[in-house]
Amino acid sequence: MTHWLTTILIVLPVAGALLLWLAPVPRQWVGSLATLVSLVEVGVWIEAVRRFDFGSSALQLGQQHAWFRDLGVSWHVGQFGFSIWLVGLTAVCGAAASMYAWWAGRERPRAYFGLLLFLTGAVVGVFSAQDLLVFYAFFEAMLIPLYVLIGVWGGAGRMRATITFVVYTVAGSLLMLAAIVVYGLQQGTFDLTKMGPSGNDWLFLGFAIAFAVKAPLWPFHGWLPDAYRESPAEVSGLLSGVISKVAAYGFLRIAIDKFPGPTHDFRVPILVLASIGLVYGSLLAFRAPDIRGVVAYSSLSQMGLITYGLFAANDLGFNGAVLQMVNHGLISMTLFLLAGMVERRAATGELSLLGGMARGRPALATVLMTTGIIALAVPLSSNFAGEFLILAGVFQQGWGWAVIGAAAIVLAAMYMLRLISAVLHRETGPAVSDAALDLRGAELAIVVPLVGILLVLSAWPAAVSGHSFLGLP
Amino acid sequence: MIQKPHIDWFALSPSLAMIAAAGALLLVAVFVPRRRRKQAAATLAGAGFLAAFVFAVVLAAKSPHGTTEVVDAVFRDRWSAVAQVLIAGCGVVAVLLSYGEHWRDEHVAEYYALLAAAGAGMAFFVQAANLMTLFLGLEWFSISLYVLCAIDIDLVGSLEAGLKYLIIGAVGSATLLFGSALLYGATGQLSFDKIGAAAHPHDSLLVLGLALVLAGLAFKSSAAPFHMWTPDAYTGAPTPVTAFMSSATKVAALVVTYHLLVTAFPTEQHLWTWAVAGIACASLAIGNVAALAQRNVKRLLAYSSVSHAGFMLIPIAAANALGERALIYYLIPYCAMSLGAFGVIAARERELNAPVTLENLAGFGWERPFLGASMWVFMLGFLGFPLTGGFIGKFYAFAAAYRHGWWWLIVVGVAGTIVSAAYYLAVVRAMYFRDSAELQLAPAGGSPPRDAALAVGVALCLAITVGSFFAVQPLIDVAHSAANALPF
Repeated sequence: MTHWLTTILIVLPVAGALLLWLAPVPRQWVGSLATLVSLVEVGVWIEAVRRFDFGSSALQLGQQHAWFRDLGVSWHVGQFGFSIWLVGLTAVCGAAASMYAWWAGRERPRAYFGLLLFLTGAVVGVFSAQDLLVFYAFFEAMLIPLYVLIGVWGGAGRMRATITFVVYTVAGSLLMLAAIVVYGLQQGTFDLTKMGPSGNDWLFLGFAIAFAVKAPLWPFHGWLPDAYRESPAEVSGLLSGVISKVAAYGFLRIAIDKFPGPTHDFRVPILVLASIGLVYGSLLAFRAPDIRGVVAYSSLSQMGLITYGLFAANDLGFNGAVLQMVNHGLISMTLFLLAGMVERRAATGELSLLGGMARGRPALATVLMTTGIIALAVPLSSNFAGEFLILAGVFQQGWGWAVIGAAAIVLAAMYMLRLISAVLHRETGPAVSDAALDLRGAELAIVVPLVGILLVLSAWPAAVSGHSFLGLP
Repeated sequence: MIQKPHIDWFALSPSLAMIAAAGALLLVAVFVPRRRRKQAAATLAGAGFLAAFVFAVVLAAKSPHGTTEVVDAVFRDRWSAVAQVLIAGCGVVAVLLSYGEHWRDEHVAEYYALLAAAGAGMAFFVQAANLMTLFLGLEWFSISLYVLCAIDIDLVGSLEAGLKYLIIGAVGSATLLFGSALLYGATGQLSFDKIGAAAHPHDSLLVLGLALVLAGLAFKSSAAPFHMWTPDAYTGAPTPVTAFMSSATKVAALVVTYHLLVTAFPTEQHLWTWAVAGIACASLAIGNVAALAQRNVKRLLAYSSVSHAGFMLIPIAAANALGERALIYYLIPYCAMSLGAFGVIAARERELNAPVTLENLAGFGWERPFLGASMWVFMLGFLGFPLTGGFIGKFYAFAAAYRHGWWWLIVVGVAGTIVSAAYYLAVVRAMYFRDSAELQLAPAGGSPPRDAALAVGVALCLAITVGSFFAVQPLIDVAHSAANALPF
C-alpha cells in the first residue's frame, strides 16, 4: 500500500476524470462527484503524510516499473519532503477549485470537471515524477486541460489569452524536451535519482527557460495578464497558485540539483531577472485596474521572491522557498476565488467601480482582510516566515539582494492594502448594489478552510519549512 | 527447357492475399447485384486486407533471419514484413472509413478492388530487393492511387487531383527509373546488396544514381521539395483515399528508402545521411510554415503530412540502431493518427456535404463528442504531446539524431514542432471554442448519419494512438527485431 500511495495520488483524479467523461453521470451529480473525488484525494494525501518519514532524506512512497528499457525510461514516482507539501497544495487547491466550480455552476459540467480533475492529476504527477521523461509527460499534459479550460470557459478575450499562453509554454517546454533528450542520453538513463550532475550550460538554459516561462519570471511573463484575467476564477487560482509552483519545483529538482556548475554561473543573471520581476510585478500590481490584475502581477512578483530563495542555494533559502510556495499557492487560490465571488456580485472586477463592500458584509470583509494581511507579510503570518527565510538565505549571496527583496515586501503591502481598501472600504462603488449579499455558507465552506490552513501555517511555519529538506537528494 | 527459379510463395503471401482480393472484387463488380454490391465489396476488401495482415504477422514471426528470395528479387525479412503488417492494417481501417462514403454504387466494387491492388503493390514494394522489383512495385501502387484519386468524378477537384498526382508522380517515377539506370550502369548489378558490394568509392555515376533514386522515393513520401502534388492530391481525392495515401504510402516509401540506403549504399553513407537530413529540414520548414496558412482542414493535414515526412526522415538520416527503431515505432502511431484524423474529416464531410474548413468545424467537438475528442487526441498526437504515441515517436527520433551527433537536427525538429502547435491547436480551437451557432453552413439536414464502420475505424486509431504511448516496450521490441534484419 505504501508503495502505491504516490501512484494512487496521481491516478485517482485522472480516473475520476475518465469516469466523468465516459460514464453516463447525470448532470446534477457531476459537480458533487468531482468534489468528492478531489476530497478523497486530499484524504489520500493526509494518509501519505502520516506514513511519510520526515526524518529520512531518501525517496519515499516510491514505485518503479520499466517503461522502455533501451533508453532507461521507467515509471518512477515517489516523494521527498519538499514535494509532498506541493502535492498537498495541489490536492487542497484542486478540491477548492472543484467546490467553487460546483457552487458557481459551469456549462458543460462533465467536460469541465473532468478537465479540472485531469489537471490535478497531471500536476501531482509533475511533483512526484522521478524520471525525467515522466516529468516531461506530466508537464506537457497539464497544458491540455488548461488550454481548453481557458479557451472554452474563459472570458471575452479568451482566444488571445489561449494563443499567447500556448505559444509561450509550448516553446518553453519543447526547448526542455531537446535538453531532456541530450541530458538523458549523455547520462544513459532518465531516472532522476540516478542521473549525475552535468556542467553543460545549454542544457541548463533549456530547462531554465521552460521553467521561467511557466513560473513566469520577467521577461517571460507575456502570457500572464491575459491568462489570469480571462480564465474562470478557479482556473486562475490553479494557474497562479499551483501551476506556477511546478516551475519553481522544476528549478529546484532539476535545474539546481542537476546543474550545480551552471547554477553557480547563472546565479547573478537569474537573480537580476528575479529582482526585476519582483519590483516590476509589484509596481504593476499597484497600478492594476482590477482585482485579478493585482493578484496576477503580485504572483509575478512572488515568483521572483521564490526564485530568490531557490537561487540563494542554501538551506535557509530552500526552506523559505518551499514554505513560500505553499503560502503563495494558498493565498493566490483564495484571492482568485474571492475575486470570482466579488465579480459575481458586482459583475465587474474593476477597482474603480467597487468599494464599500465591507458594509453589511462582515464575512467577506473578514476573509479578504485576513488573506490580504497574510499576503502582505505582517509579522507572525506564514508569509512573513517564508519571506524572512528567503531574505536571510539570499543575504548570504549578497546584502544587495536582500535589500531589493525587503523593498519589494514594502511594495506588497502597498498593493495589498490598496486592493483591500478599494474593494472593502471607501464609499460604495457604482457597481456595488445593496442587494449584493455577503458570502454564503457554501462560499465560506470553500475559502475558510484555505484561510484556516494559512493561519495554522502562521502559527507553525516549521511544519513545512522544517520538514522539507535534509540536504538536497 | 527454361529453368524455373524456386519461388517462396509464402514470402509473397501478403501481396498475394491483397491481389487475390482485388481480383475477386472485380468479379463482384460484375456478378453481385447492385443493391448488395457495396456490402459484399467492402466485406471482401476488408477480408483481403485482414488476411494480408495475418500473413504478414506470420511472415514476420517466421523470418527471423533476413534472406532474399526468388532470385534476389524480394527480401524476406522482418523489416519489410513489419511494414506489410502496417500497410495491411491501414487497409483494414481505410475500408472501415470508406464504407459510409457516398459512392455511386456502379463503381463501388472497382473502388475496393483498386484499394486492395494499391495495398498489394505497396506490400510488394516494401519487399523489393532489386531495382526491377523496386520500380515495378512503385508503379503498381502508384497507378492504383492515381485512379483512386480521380475515382469520384462528381467530386470537385477529384479529377484535378488525380491528374496532378499522375503527372508529378510520373516525374517521380521517371526520376527513380533514370537513377536506377545510372546505378546499373555504374555497377552492372540490379540487386541492392550486390550494388553495395560492387560500388567503388567516389564513383560519380553511382552518386548521381543515388541522388535520383532518393529523389524518386522522396516524391512518394511527399518530402519537400518533392511534395508539390501532396496538397492538391490530398484535398481533391475522396477522403478515405487520402487517409490511405497519407498513411500506407508513407510507410512504404520511408521503409523502402531506408532499406535501399543501407543495403545498396553503405559506402556512401557519409553522403546520403546529409542528403536525407537536408530533405528532412526542408520538409519540416516548408510543411509547417505552409500549414499555418491553410483554412481547409484536408489541405492543412496534407502539409502536416509533409512535415511528418520530415520528422520520420530524421531517424533515417541518423542511420543508427536507435534510428531504425525510431522509424518503425513512429510509423505505428503516425498511421493511426493520420487515418483517424482523415476519418473524422470524412464524417464531417458526409454531414455537411461540403469541404471541411476550420470554420465548418465550429461546435463539432460538442455535438459529436466521440469524434471530436478523437480528433483532439490525433491533433495532440501530431503535435507530439504526451499520452499519445506521437510524443514517444518524436522523442525517439530526437534521441536517434543525438546519438548520431547531430544536435542541430533536434533544434530544427523542435522549431518545426513549435510552429506546428499553432495549426494543430487551431483545429482544436475550431472544434471546441466556437459554437455551432457560428456555423455559416447548415448541416445537410436531420441528425447526422450513423456510421458505425467509421466509428469503429476511428476508435481503432484512437486505441493505437493512445495505446502506443503506454505499450512502448512491446512495440520497440518489434521494431528492434525488425531492425535486426538490416545490415547494421
